[in-house]
Amino acid sequence: MSDIKKIKDEYIGKIKNNDSFDNLNQIKTELFGKNGVIALEFKKIGSISVEERKKFASELNLIKDELQNQLNIGFEEIENKKINSKLQNEKLDITLPERSFNQGKVHPVSQVIDEISSIFSEIGFSVEEGPDVENEYNNFTALNTPDNHPARDMHDTFYLNKEKDYLLRTHTSPVQVRTMKKGKPPFKIIAPGRTYRSDSDQTHAPMFHQVEGLHIDKNINMGHLKGCLNYFIKEFFEVKKINMRFRPSHFPFTEPSAEVDIGYEIKDGKIVIGDGDKWLEILGCGMVHPNVLRNVKVDPRKYQGYAFGIGIDRLAMLKYGINDLRAFFETDYRWLNHFGFDPLDVPSSYRGLSR
Amino acid sequence: MKFTIQWLKDHLETKLSDDKIIENLTSIGLEVESFENIPNELDQFIVGKIVNADKHPNADRLKVCDVDIGKKDLIKVVCGAPNAKKNLLTIYASPGSIIPKNKMKLSISKIRGITSYGMLCSEAELNISKESEGIIELSSKKYQNKIGNKYFKNTSPKIIDLSITPNRPDCLGVRGVARDLAAAGTGNLISLSKKKLKLAGNQNIKVSIKKDKNQGCESFGSCLIRGIKNVESPKWLKDKIISLGQKPISAVVDITNYVMIDLNRPLHAYDADKINKEIIVRNSKKGETFDGLDNKKYILEDGMCVISDRSGVLGLGGIIGGTRSGTEKNTKNILLESAYFNPRSIRKTSKALNIETDAKFRFERGIDPNSNLAGLEKAAELIVRICGGKVSKFNNQKIKNFKSNYIQFEISLFEKVSGFKIKEKEIINILNNLGFETKVKNSKFKLKIPSWRPDITQPIDIVEEIVRIKGYNHIKTIDPEKTRSKSTLNKSQKLFHFLQRSVASKGYLETVTWSFTDEKINNHFRENKDQIDIINPISSDLNVLRNSIFSNLIFYLKKNIDRGFNDLSLFEIGPIFFGKKPGEQLTVLGALKSGRANRSNWIEKDRIIDVYDAKRDLVQTLVETGFSREKLHFIDQAPSYYHPGKSGKVFLSKNEDKPVAFFGEIHPNIIKNLDIKTDSLVGFEIYLDYIKDTKRKLRERKSSYHFSDFQKSERDFAFIVDKHFKVQELVNIISSVDRNLIKSINVFDVYEGENIPSGKKSIAINVNLQSLDKALNEKDLDHISNLIISEVEKKSGAKIRS
Repeated sequence: MSDIKKIKDEYIGKIKNNDSFDNLNQIKTELFGKNGVIALEFKKIGSISVEERKKFASELNLIKDELQNQLNIGFEEIENKKINSKLQNEKLDITLPERSFNQGKVHPVSQVIDEISSIFSEIGFSVEEGPDVENEYNNFTALNTPDNHPARDMHDTFYLNKEKDYLLRTHTSPVQVRTMKKGKPPFKIIAPGRTYRSDSDQTHAPMFHQVEGLHIDKNINMGHLKGCLNYFIKEFFEVKKINMRFRPSHFPFTEPSAEVDIGYEIKDGKIVIGDGDKWLEILGCGMVHPNVLRNVKVDPRKYQGYAFGIGIDRLAMLKYGINDLRAFFETDYRWLNHFGFDPLDVPSSYRGLSR
Repeated sequence: MKFTIQWLKDHLETKLSDDKIIENLTSIGLEVESFENIPNELDQFIVGKIVNADKHPNADRLKVCDVDIGKKDLIKVVCGAPNAKKNLLTIYASPGSIIPKNKMKLSISKIRGITSYGMLCSEAELNISKESEGIIELSSKKYQNKIGNKYFKNTSPKIIDLSITPNRPDCLGVRGVARDLAAAGTGNLISLSKKKLKLAGNQNIKVSIKKDKNQGCESFGSCLIRGIKNVESPKWLKDKIISLGQKPISAVVDITNYVMIDLNRPLHAYDADKINKEIIVRNSKKGETFDGLDNKKYILEDGMCVISDRSGVLGLGGIIGGTRSGTEKNTKNILLESAYFNPRSIRKTSKALNIETDAKFRFERGIDPNSNLAGLEKAAELIVRICGGKVSKFNNQKIKNFKSNYIQFEISLFEKVSGFKIKEKEIINILNNLGFETKVKNSKFKLKIPSWRPDITQPIDIVEEIVRIKGYNHIKTIDPEKTRSKSTLNKSQKLFHFLQRSVASKGYLETVTWSFTDEKINNHFRENKDQIDIINPISSDLNVLRNSIFSNLIFYLKKNIDRGFNDLSLFEIGPIFFGKKPGEQLTVLGALKSGRANRSNWIEKDRIIDVYDAKRDLVQTLVETGFSREKLHFIDQAPSYYHPGKSGKVFLSKNEDKPVAFFGEIHPNIIKNLDIKTDSLVGFEIYLDYIKDTKRKLRERKSSYHFSDFQKSERDFAFIVDKHFKVQELVNIISSVDRNLIKSINVFDVYEGENIPSGKKSIAINVNLQSLDKALNEKDLDHISNLIISEVEKKSGAKIRS
């Protein structure tokens, strides 16, 4: 009786004091081998009196289980120790750089075009396009700017032939002409794109971007124009309030015409759009001239509406603090990296235009 | 258009402040560019603060001061004053300024080896006092906030600079501006004083306007003024001329210029004694010449409107006079011309001869055709007053009588366009003040348009006048409705935006370059497309429209490489051109990648960028766009600007007739020719227009979803094929063996060399097999393997490698 208890205590102590795999195996064989300690004890069962036999057997079984269990724990501990010490040796300098990656960027002009499209999309405008090369009729004549009109001097035009009937569009307004000619009113479009003037200095580039807007329907008046632009400017600059000023001006293709200024102030050397008592001209607009509507076969007695043209590059400069227009087109890797946008940063109305 | 505010007040009686007048000008559409004092010599003396004063390294008694003058950068000034010290407020004079005491002009100069940009001044130097010891010490209390301001107050008159839109010639005269302001409630227009001018004798130089074809002169008013003394102008007149930014010349010339600006009435004065007998207004004949008052000799074409006498051309009507009949100091008798020239004729002639004058600018836009006599009157009265002499009766020759225009106008149009209402009475008032004569019946107006408003021809013009004068601030702001009845972008626009962001997400920086380019670079990429010249390019190296995205992209890539960036990925998406007609353009995405991958990387081995990098980015982009990788078809032909052996074109499927993309290494000759210093340069181009608009949406194109839970198996094969045999074809043969069982095919080795016969290569392929219906057993697998081997051997002439 006390024999098997002694055995138990002796071996549990042995197992606990052990830290080698081999020794444990040795103990395991000693205990559970064919002629091991436990087997020997089981053999004794036959020589035990019947009354004690049952008790002895059940106790022996318990001890066997417990020793088995202790052995397993012992093995596990050694295993764990081994793994832990192995992991200790595997410690890396995780401050070393990761495998290389390249972050691509979307050009600020592209990003701003997406922002503009997203804003106008909310109020029902769709996007139209026109070719970069235009004929003289669509660029000027149809837009109420006849051949002898001094307003043509305001556009320094690139020509593609001596007769001057093919040219690089000087504004996005010919898209108005194309859109209205091919469709039927109502029209509610914006047309972003490249425009060209043979003008080059610090603040002018021979190519730049404009977005044209056109809304023609039965009862569209100057109040709608004001409301639309007010909405757009607020959304674009992501401000709650904007000081805006409509000034009378002249464009041959709109009447009445207006230029729009927005209020700004200089804070810490940076332009802040919104409040402020200084004015910044940002776009031209007006009610589409009846002559233009007649030219595209829309009846000005039934339909009227507004058009506007905004410089995209200038908007981008104001919103993102870019000083130099010419840098937009110079493909300086550093500049593109600095001012470009992550391709996953798609402007949208529900998620906001910018982060 | 520049004039002083005092001049404006010759015509406008107002109690409003200058600033209010300026504000009102802008709000009625006469945009004020600037409102400033005439620049003054003393403007250049500026309040400055010494931020640092260090001892001059080469002179004991001099100091080197950094001066804050309110600009971004500090100014370095060498100063000898003992009191120059840190934080002192004083007066700084910039280079170019003239020191009042000794009239010396300052220049940038080196003083003992240190460059000094201007000077710090003593009171004596500025004639403020006799104190010449040390520089001025300004009280910091008074001047602390005035750093950068002018020290001396400029008391010269303030000049208004207006930018007048081309439709408003009437506002190219001060009186026209005053009239507009008065109509908008900024004071009253002062009526022109009618001074009695004694007219004696006839204008006895005969004037005739020939009825030539397209005669540019419609009327010609004139008078003779005899016995004048062409003196210097009096001060008030000189001041006006100076305020225009011009130099006073003589009373007669100054008066004609003054009347032009005052009334928008260009005039011309001839020395009557230099005119040969008579004035003939006619069309020029080709080859006629004359010497202009700008000291240039002009050779004329046929049909230009000239003023001539019996000896020949005197001047170009309404554009420029000639030296032969010009007035001089000793001129005794003058013929004064006040004529009307047709805008179209003026524009044509001045463009052909490239002449820009104040008179031309006004006639081109259209002056008041009824103002001939008013102009003569005002000028003659001034000439007699200043130069003496006697004025003849006025002569006014006409070949065309001016007829007033009338417009029918309804108030409802105003309300419909502007969106707000004004009382009829106020409308009448506005129009009358602008010079319209109004007759009203039942809210219907009959309007007589003033002769000085050639821009007004139809009812919408009247709407603009009323809104403009009433004020744009009266227009309501109607918030837009947030409804959308049509989708914002069409399919090709969506494709554009998708590709743009897809390529950018592969590490490429998007750029935007000009649509035009350098012919020399473009020729490398032009292929058989026409060269499209710009007739008037901005510079000779931007002289053609680009035939390829690469023309500019490679130029800027090189620039960045020259800046020291080697591993570049750039792309642009935009138009390329194949003709000079509208619409002869394609939208293309072009991308270039240069240098090495994993340069200076501790963990990955660096390697040269190669054609398969370009192919990966291209294929992944096409797959992301929604096209099946398995269907993409590659052919090893590409435009000649690619390396002929390392390039290809891509079709969306075997059945498409137009490739949607090219990719490859850029031809080594181009890299050499453009001197691009790079280890490697590859690129790809996607032609958006060739990606056909699919009728079905992407979600509709997807096949229904099936998957199998049965055991997946793999088999590897190695085939020996002809060296030039394309892997694509091998893969196609295998996949067509059993499209249901074969799930994917991977090429894991391509080998040429030892153990492979020359002219052959070994291709190792891994095939993934899985059935929808059952687990494949050894027998099934052997069967399909044998089928693959026999099909490949049959169709490609390959041999399985044992």
